[in-house]
Amino acid sequence: MDFLNAIIVLFNFTVIPALAYGSQLALGAIFVTLIYAVLRFANFATGDMMSFGTMFAVILTYYFQSLGFGLGFLPTALLTIPFAILMMILYMLIIDKFVFSYYRIKKSPPVQFAMVSVGVMFVTQALIRIIIGPSDRRFLDGEKFIIKATEFKEMTGLAEGITLKSTQAITIIVTLVVVSIMFWFLNRTKTGTSMRAYSDNEDLALLSGIDPKRVVLITWVIAGILATIGGVLYGLDKSYRPFVYFNNMLPIFAAAIVGGIGNPYGAFFGGYVIAFAEILLTYSYKKFVAYLLPSSMEPNSLMQLLSTDYKFVVSFSILVIVLLIRPSGIFKGKTI
Amino acid sequence: MRNYENVIYAYIIMLLLIICVGLFQSWSIALTILNYCLISAVMTIGANIQWGYAGLINFGIMGYTALGGLAVVLVSVDPVKKAWQVGGLNILGSIWIIVAIVFITRFILKRFEKSLIRNYSIAFLIIAGVILIRVTATPGIEAIESVDPAVSGFLGGMGLPVLMSWIMGAFLAGALAFIVGKIALGLRADYLAIATLLIAEIIVSIIKHEEWLARGVKNVIGLKRPAPYEVELQKTQWFRDFIEKIYSNKLELINTIAQKKIILNQLIIDASSIFVKLCFTSLFLSVVIILLIVTQKALYSPWGRKMRAIRDNEEAASAMGKNIVKEHLFIFILGSAIVGLAGAMMVTNDGLFTPGSYRPMRYTFVIWVMVIVGGTGNNFGAILGGFVVWFLWVEAAPISLFLIDLFTAHLPETNMIRSHLVESAPYFRFLLIGIGLLLIMRYRPQGIIPEKIIKQ
Repeated sequence: MDFLNAIIVLFNFTVIPALAYGSQLALGAIFVTLIYAVLRFANFATGDMMSFGTMFAVILTYYFQSLGFGLGFLPTALLTIPFAILMMILYMLIIDKFVFSYYRIKKSPPVQFAMVSVGVMFVTQALIRIIIGPSDRRFLDGEKFIIKATEFKEMTGLAEGITLKSTQAITIIVTLVVVSIMFWFLNRTKTGTSMRAYSDNEDLALLSGIDPKRVVLITWVIAGILATIGGVLYGLDKSYRPFVYFNNMLPIFAAAIVGGIGNPYGAFFGGYVIAFAEILLTYSYKKFVAYLLPSSMEPNSLMQLLSTDYKFVVSFSILVIVLLIRPSGIFKGKTI
Repeated sequence: MRNYENVIYAYIIMLLLIICVGLFQSWSIALTILNYCLISAVMTIGANIQWGYAGLINFGIMGYTALGGLAVVLVSVDPVKKAWQVGGLNILGSIWIIVAIVFITRFILKRFEKSLIRNYSIAFLIIAGVILIRVTATPGIEAIESVDPAVSGFLGGMGLPVLMSWIMGAFLAGALAFIVGKIALGLRADYLAIATLLIAEIIVSIIKHEEWLARGVKNVIGLKRPAPYEVELQKTQWFRDFIEKIYSNKLELINTIAQKKIILNQLIIDASSIFVKLCFTSLFLSVVIILLIVTQKALYSPWGRKMRAIRDNEEAASAMGKNIVKEHLFIFILGSAIVGLAGAMMVTNDGLFTPGSYRPMRYTFVIWVMVIVGGTGNNFGAILGGFVVWFLWVEAAPISLFLIDLFTAHLPETNMIRSHLVESAPYFRFLLIGIGLLLIMRYRPQGIIPEKIIKQ
């Protein structure tokens, strides 16, 4: 019994949160990696673009709530995602038209692109703060929990319970659906193949009659979908705060590079690597060990490798280690 | 002289703008802006050395700034003897463990062939080391942090004069740059940007959370100053006489003695804060001028030519026998050290060290905008960029408030759009800076004052 309890403690406090957080990171990381693979630059406006999409979802959620619309036990935000995605894609296309396309046609070096994306970051951040303000907003409604700890305990008779928040379940399910559709699109459809061809070798792709404008358009559309969904899921799970989204850009970059930048599978995987590393290294194993060891050997320290303050540091250190040992990432991405 | 005409014009316009602030808002605000402009100028000189001279993209400016700030605490604050007694040994012990781990790892890496066993043993060594450090350091840290937690709770510094910390700040930042450079300089440009950004984030979060070091987010206040304190200045006789003399015409118009005294006191209080700020200004200005002369000389020396050659064509420079890795590392350290110096100057100017305020937006990206806007590869341009962007950064809110008032004047005071816009006036600075950066990148990519290559 003690062994089962130990496993459940670990599952409840590390695996479930890590899966949810990893899914949110994975969506962002695929967004980064797609932009990197097709448009060939590191997008420093990633976090703020995700925030921008989420902002529309938040505003629309409030609007729908005032109208009385809702999805019952599901959060209203899910209903607003399609509209938010449309707005996000529109914004991205406007930015691309007025900012990025000029440098793409000029074939500027990636550094210049990165600096331009910093400019976009500033503008996006300003727009978000002017439209919705910098404060913390919760927009989750509907059922909060799928399984409550007390119910689980009653059901199984164990001493430890599992809590599954509805946001966590929604995050994991939506991520899996979105990512599988995206991989199917990239690998099986003609447009997806042309995108990959364009990413692999631009000149050759142009030679075989692939329309670069179309590829760029589709990339932004997919990017808009991923950014908005990733942002909304994160906002539902925690809360919506523009500053936090900017900071989230950093673990997302880490995930994309750890997985191998330019490789969507790598980015997907990298998100979970970062999330699990962050949570496993900063989790206090006291309770877990107490169940496994006889009561006389119960540890009196927290059994924590690093304090939770260093969550971000873990992911950044992993990135540094990966850059040192295997700069192309776990899955081979583009060469550096 | 013709070559420098536009440079001189640009600086005169900038100076006039600051004087305008002095006339319309107050001289104290104008001097505060000027001081920060000078500090930003030092930062941009540092960033410009890396980006403009050598083409290295360093998004880790925030980390070096924070380290420079940390140096002020470590050097100028008086040591907390009690904290050293209760926990000093543990801290020193863990520092030795870290050093030992680094050396053993290096030894293993050098001595043994690349293999799976080697990787595992290094991983094991590091994990064991982290656990060992936690075991040794935790009791010490707890003891230190419980010594007067309200006012100290940290080890304190060395109690040296604060100006020494500027050198120390540069040194610390340079040391960090050496490590970062060794790790990351081989990467392609945008990877280098991401890596440096994240490493800076690691540094800041260590400073923030290690309270025994510099009180972390609890902040260190009341740092030493290289200038007199306002309160003391108000009591000194020569200063009082001096102010009385300056304002004698004005004071003569007032009849009663009691009123004269009140007004004189007010004038002295105002003047003392301006005097202190002027002291800082002169210090900062001398740093900027010294750096400008040195960097200008370096830029047009054989060394500067070598750096430009490496920047413009690495392969050709390498073929000419220049050691690119070494030169890149050197210039990375040099630029970061100057940024560290600026960080120390900034904390000295503020008189307090607030690790929570180090955010990449303000300390990395805005500095980069300064360099890009001012002119990469040109020191005069970089300094001007520091001035212009900082000025806009500070004055954007009042200017946008003014514009909002102007454009929504026909709307009633309670109008929703109007009140919302007025509320969000502070955020227009991001918009201004972002649009400014995008416009400059598009229409004048070489910056306001472009790089000039003097042919010799």
